[in-house]
Amino acid sequence: MVDVELRVNNEVHRVEFDPRVSLLDALREELGLTGTKKGCDQGACGACTVLVDGERIASCLALAVQYGGREITTIEGIEHPLQRAFIAADGFQCGYCTPGQVCSALGMLAEHRAGAPSAVTEDLTATDIPLTEAEIKERMSGNLCRCGAYDGIATAIREVAS
Amino acid sequence: MRSFAYVSAPDVDTAVRALADQPGAKPLAGGTNLVDLMRQDVERPATVVDISTLPLTEVEVLPDGGLRIGALVRNSHLAAHPAVRTRYPVLAQALLSGASGQIRNMATVGGNLLQRTRCLYFVDATAACNKREPGSGCDAAGGFHRAAAVLGASEHCVATHPSDMAVALAALDATVEVHSVRGSRTIPLVEFHRLPGDRPERETVLEPGELIVAVELPAPIAGRSAYRKVRDRASFAFALVSVAAALEVRDGVVTAARVALGGVAAKPWRAIEAERVLTGAPATEETFRRAAEAELAHATGLPGNEFKIELAKRTIVAVLRGLGVPE
Repeated sequence: MVDVELRVNNEVHRVEFDPRVSLLDALREELGLTGTKKGCDQGACGACTVLVDGERIASCLALAVQYGGREITTIEGIEHPLQRAFIAADGFQCGYCTPGQVCSALGMLAEHRAGAPSAVTEDLTATDIPLTEAEIKERMSGNLCRCGAYDGIATAIREVAS
Repeated sequence: MRSFAYVSAPDVDTAVRALADQPGAKPLAGGTNLVDLMRQDVERPATVVDISTLPLTEVEVLPDGGLRIGALVRNSHLAAHPAVRTRYPVLAQALLSGASGQIRNMATVGGNLLQRTRCLYFVDATAACNKREPGSGCDAAGGFHRAAAVLGASEHCVATHPSDMAVALAALDATVEVHSVRGSRTIPLVEFHRLPGDRPERETVLEPGELIVAVELPAPIAGRSAYRKVRDRASFAFALVSVAAALEVRDGVVTAARVALGGVAAKPWRAIEAERVLTGAPATEETFRRAAEAELAHATGLPGNEFKIELAKRTIVAVLRGLGVPE
């Protein structure tokens, strides 16, 4: 067992972990923060996306012991206009992927504000990259939605970004 | 997932000592591949050495115009680095075409090089796979092998290396610096990964206990570079075929060429034959096609992947065409 200090949504938790426990399972099973969802459990669907020091990661591929002392933000710690935009734009149906979509979108918008390029960015040397429909879709490709609410998701993100 | 001993290494010396003391120990950085494979019972390390907090996160422009990249630089950070975007666009494009935003934020340069094949039978612990279980056979050859190799494969293994980044590094003449308790050495990237032969379980030339600490790039050649990835969906998928190339053209003649292929072999495939045809030849469609034909001359496919031979040729021509056109 390994003693870890997990900082989640501005609260500090001291927890003993078997090193096999993923950050996702730690959040859900140990801390009761079930907003973060387990979809594929292999990094392919994005339902488990959380923010660590402001950057989006797949918490299913992260071992909890590696994230002691880092600032972790889950959907429970987020209050942002993007959430209302998701409702207004019908950015979900069943809602299972939504916490991951919201965390991922906030991380993505921060990456874009910092000038990070994507695979569809035409001018790699530009730091002020227009957040086009193509850019949003490429940058959000790590989040799947079985209900197919992609148009609403992209609309919600575009509205909050502008 | 099987139980393992967890060791957190505060510095490189502690890490390499832990790797030396515990045979079969695995270094853990971003975890995007290792954690997944441990969960699927494909990787079974008795000890995991956590190297994720080692101070190997710098990207440094070298006095000779090259670049030194710490092994723990995240894929997303490297792709966004100004020196990479302006001077090595082929590397930025390769990194950005790999995985997803979340995974690029976790995955490191060293881990990217050491990631395992995504062959379906390698990651399925119930299937026959000579790479995972030497001597057990190869279910891919007679199974679903759309992603399998067309260059350098053997009867024992047809798996491909899944990295995009490494294909760009192969074209850029990168070197890999490794440390162990015995000292350090530098390995050319193109010699870092092995072809399967009759030992497909040996994927790199790393000796037990060696840890990647950095990747170095020489100054880029003059001219332009680009990466193109062809895959079954537009984003977040592995390459069927990819091409990394840099081309210098003067007065309509190719004066320098660097070409590497991804998705076609167990290693990032430096296209030496194509480069030989290109260098000194007129920068024309005909030259580009001849270069592609030369590189794929000895390619062999299986029923489900032989389309990749022509696909690789056409992708080479398309990338060179884009680079050969005057700006």
